[in-house]
Amino acid sequence: MPSHDVMPDMDLFQPLQIEDALALADRLGDSAWVLGGGQDTYGWLKDRAKTAEAMIDLNGIESLRGVRETADGIEIGALTTLTDLADNALIKERYGLLSSAASRVASPQIRNAGTLGGNVSQDVRCWYYRRGLDCYRAGGNLCYADTPEGMNREHAIFGASRCVAVNPSDTGPALVALEASMVINSVDGQRIVQAEDYFVGPANDIENTTALRTGEILTSVRIPNTWANATFYFEKVADRNVWDFALVSMAVAMKMNGATIADSRFVAGAVECKPRRLNDVENAVRGKSRDETTAASIGTLASNGARVLAHNQYKVPMIDNLVKRAIVAG
Amino acid sequence: MNPKVTRRRFIKGVIFSATAATAGAGIYIANAASSRSAGAVERLVSLTVNGRTRRVDVRPQETLAHTLRYRLNLTGTKLACNRGECGACTVMLDNIANYSCSLLTHQIKGREITTVEGLRLEDGTLHPVQQAFIEELAPQCGFCTPGQVVSAAALLIANPNPTREEARQGLSGNLCRCGAYDHYLNGVMRAAELIS
Repeated sequence: MPSHDVMPDMDLFQPLQIEDALALADRLGDSAWVLGGGQDTYGWLKDRAKTAEAMIDLNGIESLRGVRETADGIEIGALTTLTDLADNALIKERYGLLSSAASRVASPQIRNAGTLGGNVSQDVRCWYYRRGLDCYRAGGNLCYADTPEGMNREHAIFGASRCVAVNPSDTGPALVALEASMVINSVDGQRIVQAEDYFVGPANDIENTTALRTGEILTSVRIPNTWANATFYFEKVADRNVWDFALVSMAVAMKMNGATIADSRFVAGAVECKPRRLNDVENAVRGKSRDETTAASIGTLASNGARVLAHNQYKVPMIDNLVKRAIVAG
Repeated sequence: MNPKVTRRRFIKGVIFSATAATAGAGIYIANAASSRSAGAVERLVSLTVNGRTRRVDVRPQETLAHTLRYRLNLTGTKLACNRGECGACTVMLDNIANYSCSLLTHQIKGREITTVEGLRLEDGTLHPVQQAFIEELAPQCGFCTPGQVVSAAALLIANPNPTREEARQGLSGNLCRCGAYDHYLNGVMRAAELIS
């Protein structure tokens, strides 16, 4: 695979107002690449695995940064860096789940540049696809990962449809657990999409990981008060503590009623091409206490229906055990 | 060989002449590009690097690491993986550690860039991190050292008195293939003492 030290020749637009950015995104359409922190972008471009004629750099748009309190929770600008997210006092206090998830992304330097918008909108990490092969996701008609010789240790155990890649986002599962909604703008106006619907699997759309369409820009993420100050649990299992994407991650929010779980959201990451809500687990733990008995009673609810590939069977006990750890963690 | 022409100076000379050649080619391409799309960025930018303002002709898609090494001749910043996966290219932007291979130069206009060359004082006194790394024999082969020095310096600005675990986290974005991590950590802890 040729590796290039320099970026390919392309134009760069640096709008200062969101209106200008939207107009550019509309005018340039598919020929432009909307650029946030760029931490997912530059690899694609340097490898010449994906190209664009121009980049629309959003970093000059100050209104896209920062965390604001709203009547019903908080609103986070899509360009807020993961470091700012992890260190933000308000988020730490009320939505510690998101701080924990943000603090586990990649490395300190990547968190200093990488943004929330980018983390939830990043592409999958399947190396066959990243290498620029003509797989299903790239518009071709085969999958290189799901073959007898395929390297698929990091791939999906749920929701595969031709493509078996997983969504690598760490903040995605946390946002789904917190019932966040995504604010998407275009020249045609604004639409709000629930975090759960923002991420899409290959059965619905094999070429995109999100509901974001050409010409649209994710401008902010809203988190309602629903799960503020709830009991949280986040764990990311990865080969290395730094840089690596999750093998399986678990984002959990629980509302306690005394010693019992009144309501909860269990969301697993890196097992499917979108954060996976574990509804069966949520139903099973309702009204139960956080102890070994409850954990044991969950059994394999989280992994039921999993379809493993040649090298990712370990994700089945891993997702079950993460649920149990979340229940008993104290 | 003239004793004054050290190996390092010779290599720098070669790089510099290569840069001149690329810059010429770059202007040609950029002219073609600017006729293509109105409203794209102005190529001539002012960068504040190590306290000095430098006017540089930067291509729109150029990374900061490329600009530093091949236009400003600041080769202390290493380019190794060029993918944000090793940390050798770490520089500070407004005192915060960043991978210069994974930022566009045009994105950091108006921000203060500090490279490893800018850490020592005017009189040549080494930065406490550099001094401590020498005293603790922190580097082994030395290739990742500029990145480790900058990351450690940025950490000590944000947190002048880190615990060993905090230092470990602070330097976790820098790979060392020799595996001299504990020696680097010893260096950071000593640097914290030197500063206080």
